Amino acid sequence: MKHVDEYRNGDTAQKLAATLAREVDPARDYRLMEFCGGHTHAIFRYGVQDLLPGNVKMIHGPGCPVCVLPISRIDQAIAYARRSDVILCSYGDMLRVPGSKFTSLMKAKAEGCDVRMVYSTLDALELAQNNPDKKIVFFAIGFETTTPPTAMAIKQAETMGLKNFFILSNHVLTPSAIQNILESPDVRALGSVPLDGFLGPAHVSVVIGSQPYEYFVEEFQRPVVISGFEPLDVMQSILMLVRQLNEGRAEVENQYLRAVTHMGNTKAKKLVAEIFELRRVFEWRGLGEVPYSGLRIKEEYAAFDAEVQIPVETPPARENKACECPAILRGMKKPTDCKLFGTHCTPENPMGSCMVSAEGACAAYYSYGRFREAV
Amino acid sequence: MSTRTAYTRSLDLKNGVVEMSHGGGGRAMSQLIEQLFGDAFANDILAQGNDQAAFELPRGKVVMSTDSFVISPLFFPGGNIGNLAVHGTVNDVALSGGQPLYLTAGFILEEGFPLKDLKTIVDSMAHAAHEAGVYIVTGDTKVVERGHGDGVYINTTGIGVITDDIHISGERARPGDKILINGYVGDHGVAIMSLREGLGFEASVQSDCASLNGLIGDMVKAVPDIHVMRDPTRGGLAATLNEIARQSGVGMMLNEPDIPIRDQVRGACEILGLDPLYVANEGKLLAICPEDQAETLLHAMQAHPLGKQAAIIGSVIEDANSFVQLKTGFGGTRVVDWIAGEQLPRIC
Repeated sequence: MKHVDEYRNGDTAQKLAATLAREVDPARDYRLMEFCGGHTHAIFRYGVQDLLPGNVKMIHGPGCPVCVLPISRIDQAIAYARRSDVILCSYGDMLRVPGSKFTSLMKAKAEGCDVRMVYSTLDALELAQNNPDKKIVFFAIGFETTTPPTAMAIKQAETMGLKNFFILSNHVLTPSAIQNILESPDVRALGSVPLDGFLGPAHVSVVIGSQPYEYFVEEFQRPVVISGFEPLDVMQSILMLVRQLNEGRAEVENQYLRAVTHMGNTKAKKLVAEIFELRRVFEWRGLGEVPYSGLRIKEEYAAFDAEVQIPVETPPARENKACECPAILRGMKKPTDCKLFGTHCTPENPMGSCMVSAEGACAAYYSYGRFREAV
Repeated sequence: MSTRTAYTRSLDLKNGVVEMSHGGGGRAMSQLIEQLFGDAFANDILAQGNDQAAFELPRGKVVMSTDSFVISPLFFPGGNIGNLAVHGTVNDVALSGGQPLYLTAGFILEEGFPLKDLKTIVDSMAHAAHEAGVYIVTGDTKVVERGHGDGVYINTTGIGVITDDIHISGERARPGDKILINGYVGDHGVAIMSLREGLGFEASVQSDCASLNGLIGDMVKAVPDIHVMRDPTRGGLAATLNEIARQSGVGMMLNEPDIPIRDQVRGACEILGLDPLYVANEGKLLAICPEDQAETLLHAMQAHPLGKQAAIIGSVIEDANSFVQLKTGFGGTRVVDWIAGEQLPRIC
């Protein structure tokens, strides 16, 4: 497969592994967090960890939009789906995520609710056109990568004069979450859980550029390398982080020169800024309430805001107390340190955020990596 | 005085549709059975017109299997629900190492389904049965109201005979055994997914659906001591190998570069965020045999048209946890786990 195989080449991987082995300082550990679930997935799927020196430890961050969505938001989506005048649509991954009392959109669908899986916001717009007597609620989730398409859909709905198209916005921001992790007392003040550097997600930076990370490399003195998602991208980025740490630098570096620029996609950013504004606070599953980390629809576009136009009531939701996701997401614990891991909490029956999607740290650990624990 | 012969209009196979009366037990039903099913499946046992089929079986152990087919869409590149229903059950019987002989066919039809499409489906069933050398000897038809079915559901049950020297079974994989597959992985699933509603994604891949009894016959002749044989249908290679690993109490180590996957299938999976190892196949089999006979088995497979791309893809290893593992082309190792739920496209 052209343009893909080049980035998965085994020989190049061996050479990179040898360079890494030569350059790491055996006297120290390198604790690096890949923020994004896509990186976690690549690391496990291709067995990248096997090629890293023993003292380079990857910590799996909270960057999976499905995983970080709090139970209450899923309950809200299910409440919409249960209305007979609503067709609820969302991306495939989202349908299986459990809300309160083991419900999910998939189960709601089985009960007779009209829930549709769509591949893009365009499909949702088409649903609205074809079903004028129904209210189409698009359960919008994702980081900076999926926000521009949602903004675009609102613009298009406006142009088309659609009165039955609504967005339930759950869009969240990467830099605010990374900052939140670094500001948590265990990581910052106590220094008990060192996080030495970050791999930043390339697709997010295709939109926002590398610039938004400049503030916190300075503030927190931790290097960030914006990394592609192919396994060679990941290994090269790890090498770049190791070199920065060895040289005592803390800079934003861009490994993904193929598509990431300093300022990103200004057109997309402008569109997002036109339609969305920051929420003062947004709840993340696992991290709790994170200030200025989520987006809501501006008042000018409130006609498309499901929360404004079709308010639904849901009782407060609670996470399982034994769930260690908050500590796992900050790199303080491993999935296997959690009592629920692999017993009460499995990919078939996830209790906490990290087990929910294949990209969550616990799910990846469970599906791809648990043999390591067994031997 | 003679009784007048009633004139019955023959089935309108061009514009007609399935009606409730086609399942009602009256003349309409008997007409559908005679003119559509009877004609297509014609054989001596069916011609007896009884509610059951009576036949003699050759000596040996009797093997039996049943499967229901609810696929959507009904027609796909490389086949339709009809030949799929024959291939599927023929394969399930044949994978025991036995010879499939007779099939039953049960149809659940939805009111309003075009008879023209039904004829296409029934004809391709007949064709598939003829090619596989099996007879469809008894059947059943029910009609459900419009909106209560998906056009056509088909159940087939197959019966066959195994000779006494064959002992193929899921619990016989032993450490050291080799794992073989007869060709490209994931074709069927990708062909179906490319057609599914709303995907707007065209792939040039055809379903691999085929009856494997001919290939299996050659394999068993070449290596009678095949330990395990199974078809990686739903859940793909990953699910089938995990089943076998658990049943046999062993682990497996696959070598990713050795697993044959078409570029188009890899490409489609890449775009959809799926893993080809979890994608369904309908004309593939996995065989596990002792290491010293693996080459012989491989050559026997490659000599058959349905095994040209056959390959040895891994080995059975000792593992109390029964993990199926994969050495990646990248140079690492990972577990190939059971799939949780259905494979759904990832968001980002």
